[in-house]
Amino acid sequence: MLARLIGFAAAITMLFGVANVYAADLNDTQIAHIAYTAGQIDIAAAELALEKSSNEDVRRFAENMVSDHTAVNEQALALVEKLGVTPEDNETSQTLSKQADLKRAELAGLSGPAFDRAYVENEVAYHQAVNDALANLLIPAASNEELKALLSTGLEIFTGHQQHAENVLEMIQ
Amino acid sequence: MNVAGLRRACLPAVVVAVMVSAHATASAETIRVTIKAFRFSPVEVAARVGDTIEWANEDFVAHTATARSGEWEVAIPRGEVGRLIVDESSGEWDYFCRFHPQMTGRVVVAD
Repeated sequence: MLARLIGFAAAITMLFGVANVYAADLNDTQIAHIAYTAGQIDIAAAELALEKSSNEDVRRFAENMVSDHTAVNEQALALVEKLGVTPEDNETSQTLSKQADLKRAELAGLSGPAFDRAYVENEVAYHQAVNDALANLLIPAASNEELKALLSTGLEIFTGHQQHAENVLEMIQ
Repeated sequence: MNVAGLRRACLPAVVVAVMVSAHATASAETIRVTIKAFRFSPVEVAARVGDTIEWANEDFVAHTATARSGEWEVAIPRGEVGRLIVDESSGEWDYFCRFHPQMTGRVVVAD
């Protein structure tokens, strides 16, 4: 568990600049909220990319981020509805959102190839951090089997996104 | 080369062309690859020139079948089927999903 906590703290630190996350205290409704929030953050980043980028590879990547994360979050909403629970806002979700706002503002100040590179680099790092958090903390911590299964499917999809982002980064360098 | 020699030289090529054409129209098949839980199944398929390969996507997100060489790409929307008609390019084609590159497959094409 210590290793998991350290891994999660490292991922969160990388993403959000905070290490003081009490991951062991998370319950399923909070985990669902964190996963949903992480998806919405990536959709917002992709929408910014679609506003600003004219690079075809970057745009195709961003379009797929909107499509995939929307699809996963639809599944998440369907699951919480089925389970009759309400995702619970929490400190981790709030920190995620605040840090994402800062990152988005930073990206919004860039343009052209500089924007493309910064956006895709952030996508690589963001998915890596989210995947680490999913694998090492959120999936093991989830107690509901359907939630655990959906998070595992998410991990599979987002592992692909990380590779896709790495491929796009190679293409635009 | 005289005219008779030219005729003889050309004849085999004509016969081969007719045979290939006859194969393409008479025995073309449809080969199905199912995509489920982020896997191509079967991972490898054998096809002949003129066959159609179709990828049926049972996942809730879109996929592609993209040749590693970059020579072809098939879009496979969620819940739908993407198709590729095998043309005259025989050989082995490794492919992957552009959106989820850990998904890989192979098409082996014979004339």
